[in-house]
Amino acid sequence: MTLRNQSKGLHTLLLPLFISLFVSTSSIAAVLPEDRADVMYHSYDGGGITVDGPSVLVRKGFADTVSVSANYYVDTISSASIDVVSTASAYTEERTEVSAGIDYLHEKTLMSFGYGESEENDYSASSLRFSISQDFFGDLTNLSIGYAQGSDVVGKTGDPDFEEDVTSRNYQFNLSQILTKNWIVNVTLETITNQGFLNNPYRTVRYLDSTVPVGYSYEPERYPETRTSDAVAIRSMYYLPYRASIMFEYRYFEDTWNIKADNITLRYTHTVGDHWILEANVRFYSQEGADFYSDLYPYADSQKFLARDKELSTFTSQRIGFGVSYIYPLKSTYLEKLSVNLKVDHLMFEYDDFRDVTADGAPGDEPLYSLTADVVRFYFSIWY
Amino acid sequence: MFVNATGQTLKTAIAYLLLTVVLGGCSMPKPWVKPYERNNLADPIMSFDRDGVEGSYMHHVHQAREGARGAEGGSGGGCGCN
Repeated sequence: MTLRNQSKGLHTLLLPLFISLFVSTSSIAAVLPEDRADVMYHSYDGGGITVDGPSVLVRKGFADTVSVSANYYVDTISSASIDVVSTASAYTEERTEVSAGIDYLHEKTLMSFGYGESEENDYSASSLRFSISQDFFGDLTNLSIGYAQGSDVVGKTGDPDFEEDVTSRNYQFNLSQILTKNWIVNVTLETITNQGFLNNPYRTVRYLDSTVPVGYSYEPERYPETRTSDAVAIRSMYYLPYRASIMFEYRYFEDTWNIKADNITLRYTHTVGDHWILEANVRFYSQEGADFYSDLYPYADSQKFLARDKELSTFTSQRIGFGVSYIYPLKSTYLEKLSVNLKVDHLMFEYDDFRDVTADGAPGDEPLYSLTADVVRFYFSIWY
Repeated sequence: MFVNATGQTLKTAIAYLLLTVVLGGCSMPKPWVKPYERNNLADPIMSFDRDGVEGSYMHHVHQAREGARGAEGGSGGGCGCN
């Protein structure tokens, strides 16, 4: 038996990934995106999980009114996470995602359409999205609205008859405002609704059970079949008196499962000469868990909904990251410039209500779990 | 006397305020950052997500590890002067 809980987290969030990759490319101004290609190697390593693979994004414009894009993305997952080692055996698997988009610019209005698909042996997802963006007020103000709809099919390894559906709808509103010649702010609102089989067919919760030596047993998790969430974020970007910038972000989130979360991000970008860009960032995230979550239920089937997914628990996390980019202008008729980039972030998670069952301790008295992870992105970009 | 004077002052102030609103409200303020003043905003370091492929991936990482989702912000950026 395998427990693919971690990768499910990636899959069910495919829709927001499409949104962030494509819909918001026009979030600051109604202009066509630049013609460029990016080839990236990405790697996540932490908490017993490694996920790595390539991502290739190519974009090309035509006649100053149309721009098309295509993305190919692979996650190769190897998991021996705390959930896996406590109730199942380690596994490896691969997820492939392809998507394509088209943007059409008419005067100060940009319309964007896109479609994407993600495939894995026991999970498939597809998504359609549309957005429209308009500049106002001497191009100081940009307003965009977006809608996306996703359809997922959840399977289960070893059970060919298991097939469940998930439908997602995503509504986004985005306002950007130039305040001064050095300062721009952005406000984003986003509502996401899901309907269908929202839990993981492999994941379990634990409950006190005095009939077994360890003192607890496991049963399948059970989530509500609907979830609606609202998120609002405000971002500010300021150009400093020398060629550097500072970005601030605050985001607040809540949903119908009573999860509440917020985060603050600060990023400093510094240039050295014409060719080097250096970056440093910190991010602080805090979350109150879902109201039906528990690390240890008092007995089997003790309430209507059951969850022991640590992503739904109460926790805090911090991120610190650094990046370096080298930009090299190309004196070619067809190629503008090339960049080589390396970014490394370190993540730290501390859970307030998720215990490490692999450690010693009476049920409910085990030490609280924590993990660290390193995230690496190494990529080349070329503008043409 | 004092009350009377204050009342007059208030009436005058309200009259000026109304006049300002009536006359000024008919036209929007003009864009105060001219196109030729947007060099700094057009600099790639002023993008919220300078490289879409990388920014989207980091959103993806957070979405997979956190309960929150949405309003992550997007790629692109600058002032749209390109």
